[in-house]
Amino acid sequence: MQEGLNAWQLIAGADPTLFAIVQLSLMISLSAVAIAAVVGLPLGALLALTRFPGRNLVIVVLNAFMGLPPVVVGLAVYLLLSRSGPLGQFGILFTPLAMVIAQAILILPIIAALSRQTIEDLWLEYRDELTAMDVGPAGRVTTLLWDARLSLLTALLAGFGRAAAEVGAVMIVGGNIDGFTRTMTTTIALETSKGNLPLALGLGLVLIALVLAINAAAWTVRVWSERQAG
Amino acid sequence: MRAPVNDLPVLFERVSLRAGGMTILDRIDAIIEPGAPTLVVGPNGAGKSSFLRLCMGLSAPSEGRITWGGRPDAKPTRRAFVFQRPVMLRRTAAGNVAYSLKQAGVPREQRAERIARLLAQVGLSELAARPARRLSGGEQQRLALARALARDPDLLLLDEPTASLDPAATRSVEEIVRAAASSGIKVVMASHDLGQVRRLAGTVMFLVRGTLREHEAADAFLNTPSTPEAAAFVRGDLVV
Amino acid sequence: MLNRRLAIVLALSTGLVASAPALAQDKSIVVASTTSTQDSGLFGHILPLFKAKSGIDVKVIAQGTGQALDTARRGDADVVLVHAKLQEEKFVADGFGVKRFDLMYNDFVLIGPASDAAGIKGSNDVAAALQAIQKKAAPFVSRGDKSGTHAAELALWKQAGIEIETAKGPWYREIGQGMGAALNMASSSNAYVLSDRGTWLSFKNPGDLVIAVEGDRRLFNQYGVILVNPEKHPTVKKELGQTFIDWLLSDDGQAAIAGYKINGKQLFFPNAQRKAS
Repeated sequence: MQEGLNAWQLIAGADPTLFAIVQLSLMISLSAVAIAAVVGLPLGALLALTRFPGRNLVIVVLNAFMGLPPVVVGLAVYLLLSRSGPLGQFGILFTPLAMVIAQAILILPIIAALSRQTIEDLWLEYRDELTAMDVGPAGRVTTLLWDARLSLLTALLAGFGRAAAEVGAVMIVGGNIDGFTRTMTTTIALETSKGNLPLALGLGLVLIALVLAINAAAWTVRVWSERQAG
Repeated sequence: MRAPVNDLPVLFERVSLRAGGMTILDRIDAIIEPGAPTLVVGPNGAGKSSFLRLCMGLSAPSEGRITWGGRPDAKPTRRAFVFQRPVMLRRTAAGNVAYSLKQAGVPREQRAERIARLLAQVGLSELAARPARRLSGGEQQRLALARALARDPDLLLLDEPTASLDPAATRSVEEIVRAAASSGIKVVMASHDLGQVRRLAGTVMFLVRGTLREHEAADAFLNTPSTPEAAAFVRGDLVV
Repeated sequence: MLNRRLAIVLALSTGLVASAPALAQDKSIVVASTTSTQDSGLFGHILPLFKAKSGIDVKVIAQGTGQALDTARRGDADVVLVHAKLQEEKFVADGFGVKRFDLMYNDFVLIGPASDAAGIKGSNDVAAALQAIQKKAAPFVSRGDKSGTHAAELALWKQAGIEIETAKGPWYREIGQGMGAALNMASSSNAYVLSDRGTWLSFKNPGDLVIAVEGDRRLFNQYGVILVNPEKHPTVKKELGQTFIDWLLSDDGQAAIAGYKINGKQLFFPNAQRKAS
């Protein structure tokens, strides 16, 4: 990024490096949310609807993992993907894919835990009707997930917020490579360490504005959906 | 006309239901046969809801046996249940009916036509695209009926469906129930309202504190009840 | 229907993300280097020149020297470029590196507050300066992160005759972070800190900090470059990596290094002894 400019000048001048960084950040965090949603929503629903020995322990651990430290997740994924690690042959370390994987792991517990709570509450309400309609286990999962979609959207936003905000995981597994794995948060960290505090702060505000925009878009979807289907 | 019934008769053999140390139903022997609607009446807490749920197969008896058409573990494909407060799925009225059709195994191509027919049957054609959660209480109950009828049941169970509805909505629901009964569906309905019994019942089952006290033609129950509790009930006294 | 839409979104995004390394994999190497070389802006200057010449994309992971060597030991980098000669020689001796070459040097400077509590400003005797700092318990920020700078700092305490492990007190703050973070902390707490000149010159938040001590021979800071041993990690891109090292040691590369200036001041001084292989 050009030296000596503050964040607003970079935005106004459509600085291509800044745009590339924003694009990468969004792509990584949104991909992580997509993966965590595909895995975590049904996982939470299954946990809500089934009974098995040790279920309470699983729920406690899942809830606790909502607070997984990003830097620890980053370190664990790093050790897995390192050439000296078990998955080294794929050469994924220090690429955006590694960052997506790390963030997906980080936010999976949030989405699964919130999904479980939401679906468990909804099941209390729906149990009789769905049993009377002889809905099987798979049908219950899909029906409840769809009917709870507005609450689950909030869970996805919580996951996205966590992913977009973290720096520990993406820094370790991505390496903050210029033009390749540099995201908003790692750039802010870098500029801070270079003493470029006004630029770092400005970039921080840009990041917050982006997350706000995404939440506003999600809210619009929610309002529209409620109008369509209650 | 309708296909030969196969969930009927429903046979209760010395069925008891116990929960939390309490006896909810005590040694019920009963047969529910095709024909005019059977209304299940009794004071609150008599076990009407529990009886209906056993009929549906939503709960299992603690003792005794229930068979549907002679089969002890018949899947509920030929019966349907309408709850006192129905739960609307978060979709349109038509969407709710479509869901029930899908669960009942109706192929996709046939659904649109049947949705239209069912909504017309319950008088909700104009509200097809309305989100179901935004319907009034009466409209939601009629939609629940449409969902139940979508299953093409032999046996339609209703748990005090008009208890929270105003008279106009009650009348709409009763008309739909009457029409369903006329088309050959066996209706078993819990009711707290003697007027409803007079309007709809062919047969009455009278429950008091979990025991089946009377099970006879409606006329007989209303005019010449056998037990003192039934007489008190028909008179309008509280049966404790 | 929802599931189908989700599946499409997922496929698209993972496709986008997965294709990125595939695209770059063609001609690229990973270089593990130090935060001081990155923060100084050197790579921003010389790498485009190298890419134009060779078409090779150089991806720099900037960590402390200790972490950079560890990354290379694991085979996660192809080339390592750090400034801790003893650690580098051990790295090669242990079989993780092919051969170590001198690349360039700069010097360290002892930075301190203009208020100069230890009274050492303008000196060129770093050992005496450190003794003064320790005696007066003037605040001092240490990298504390096994970096090249940290290793140099520890060596200087030893040369000043101070056993820092026992002599340190609350005035000695080990932060375990990079040069920029250390300078930030020194700036905001009016402390002394040892920095390489390159990072100092490009640092944008100096506050009241100035150079307190410079020019001492003992502040000489040598950088070395090593190819990671492909016999230990067959996935190391040895031809591309060697091309990079050859270029760095060549007249072209050495000139590129010398050509990097901030405000007209040269930061790194090329001193490759001979060409590689």
